[in-house]
Amino acid sequence: MTVPELDSEQVAVYQRPDALSDTNTHYCPGCTHGVAHRLIAEVVDEMGLRERMIGVASVGCSVFAYNYFDFDFVQSPHGRAPAMATGIKRVLPDRIVLTYQGDGDLASIGMAEVVHAAARGENITCIFINNTNYGMTGGQMAPTTLPGQKTTSSPNGRDVEVNGYPIRTAELLSKLDGASYVVRRSLHDPKNIRLAKKAIRTAFEVQKRGLGFSMVELLSICPTNWGMTPRQAIQWLEEKMIPFYALGDYKVNPSVADIKI
Amino acid sequence: MPPKGRIEVNEDLCKGCELCVMNCPQEVIALNMERMTKRGYHPAELAKPGCTGCGICATMCPEAAITVYREVIQKPA
Amino acid sequence: MAKEMMKGNEAVAEAAIRAGVQAYFGYPITPQTELLEWMSRRMPEEGRAFVQAESELAAINMVYGAACTGRRVMSSSSSPGVSLMLEGISYMAGTEVPAVIVDVMRGGPGLGNIQPSQSDYNQIVHGGGHGDYHPIVLAPCSVQESIDLTVLAFDLAEKYRSIVIILSDGSIGQMMEPAELPPMMPLKTSFPEWAVDGAAGRERRFLSSIYMDAPAEEVANMRLLNRWAKIRENEIRYKEYYLDDAEYAIVGFGSAGRVALSAVRQAREMGIKVGLLRPISLNPFPVDAIEALGKRVKGILVVEMNTGQMLDDVLLATRGKVPVEFYGRTGGVIPFPDEVVSAVQRLAAGPIVTTGHPRDRWMKFMSFLN
Repeated sequence: MTVPELDSEQVAVYQRPDALSDTNTHYCPGCTHGVAHRLIAEVVDEMGLRERMIGVASVGCSVFAYNYFDFDFVQSPHGRAPAMATGIKRVLPDRIVLTYQGDGDLASIGMAEVVHAAARGENITCIFINNTNYGMTGGQMAPTTLPGQKTTSSPNGRDVEVNGYPIRTAELLSKLDGASYVVRRSLHDPKNIRLAKKAIRTAFEVQKRGLGFSMVELLSICPTNWGMTPRQAIQWLEEKMIPFYALGDYKVNPSVADIKI
Repeated sequence: MPPKGRIEVNEDLCKGCELCVMNCPQEVIALNMERMTKRGYHPAELAKPGCTGCGICATMCPEAAITVYREVIQKPA
Repeated sequence: MAKEMMKGNEAVAEAAIRAGVQAYFGYPITPQTELLEWMSRRMPEEGRAFVQAESELAAINMVYGAACTGRRVMSSSSSPGVSLMLEGISYMAGTEVPAVIVDVMRGGPGLGNIQPSQSDYNQIVHGGGHGDYHPIVLAPCSVQESIDLTVLAFDLAEKYRSIVIILSDGSIGQMMEPAELPPMMPLKTSFPEWAVDGAAGRERRFLSSIYMDAPAEEVANMRLLNRWAKIRENEIRYKEYYLDDAEYAIVGFGSAGRVALSAVRQAREMGIKVGLLRPISLNPFPVDAIEALGKRVKGILVVEMNTGQMLDDVLLATRGKVPVEFYGRTGGVIPFPDEVVSAVQRLAAGPIVTTGHPRDRWMKFMSFLN
């Protein structure tokens, strides 16, 4: 350390949240899965929910999410996390049940499960990581891949004539009466990360109050599969993803609007 | 005068992604290119004086590897 | 409690409620739907969970989630729906969580029809889902037995952290018979040490079927297999009828076993000394009982409502020591007792055939359908 220690009295103003386990993650350097994990853990700590939390990990890069949190977890088949969460929540209604899903998992193979969980007003929270590709299998085209975006299964760029158009999941789910809180946030800079944390907090408050389905879509970077440095990836998210996936609140029930954080 | 602060980076967790480096408003964090962590990354560290303990680096850090300290400013009685 | 007239599907549903099922997740499909309908009314009455899922895929994964909490949970479906459920069944087997699934079989493959069939035997008994696992499979032949096996299914599922499948069919599910329900059992109040239900005052737990390390998966698979060996040791169930002096024996399960029993009685009246062995646990299969049977009779007739799926297991069990013939109807057709009696008569009349495969001889007999 080239910087001298401070001689004044100091306090820790930020520490690793208790709800994260001490395990090293398998995520690539810069991957914002880690940021999303950290935010969830911070909210769990702040709300004192550790003993009531049950997480449902999905299939994709976040398949090992259960290793990284210090609360109960199960691991779901690909796309079925909202169904598993439904099963858990219906027998244990006072627990806070969270699914953590990527875009291939939630918006492709698991679209039926999430749509119907939302339609039922299932009192669960889905954290939805949108990084425009299938990360775990090596960067294939996902339902969220942008038009023209090159992936390992759209090597010439996503051709909407052949591959169809990306799905804007938050907008889609917001049309369902059972959905109480559906928002899109981004993890590309400090301000947006703080807003994302607030949204996760709100979603958990929604669930705690029994107000129905909540989903927080988080725009994320995938530097490795995008073939970029984390720095470039952050820039790409800001320049390409946000214009297509507008940040904002897509569904906030009046009763949710009363929640003050 | 801004408060004084410092950060500690847990080198078991740091992957040298530079998200803290690129977002530090004081530009006092850098990767240490002289050293490698046991997982093979150049770790981030406080490279210069001037840290205010604002916590933006910790907000960005995907590995929750950063602990942020800030000096306690004694209010005049 | 007195006997009352009950429909098979509804009796299974009510038996499950009395056995303390805390959650039911299902999807409508004929000929199983009455079970779901019964649950939709009764589960809320009891303050328990009922969800009509958007698909069998979702239903089984709701079961998976609830099963991970250590609570009693079940689903039911019929053949095409069970095909969809196999994903979740494999995951539950890999995660070692208990659940009870009812398959009210119908004619297939594909959409098939809604008539009774036994053509899911291979799919259910020999796996179906991916990976190395063995579900416990119980086959009732009456409404009463459906009730009894449902209660047993929950106990076995918990005892062995296993999937238990009740392999019924459209005939047993739809028929009405007098039967007696068990008394209402209290809900469980203690839960297993693996249950994921919130880490209150304890270390966190997680449940998963993932073993990234192949040797660890091998250890897990051997653990499942060792548990299966215990199940094979303790949980084989079958019933014998008129076998004491039998020269010939029929082997048949579920509805086919019931038809075969009528045929045995008819044949007995005609002076043919024939009996019936009706496997109740199709998995574990009563291999030793059938092998022993093969040593004391002149011939065995396997009767099924499929093209001879259990037949292969009977052939394995008898190890070629006894002539085996097959009679079946498929595609949702139920055999009449007369047809089975004729098959017994052909077997008894000889000559004993030991070459070729019984299914080929049956195909030749059935060539009028071509």
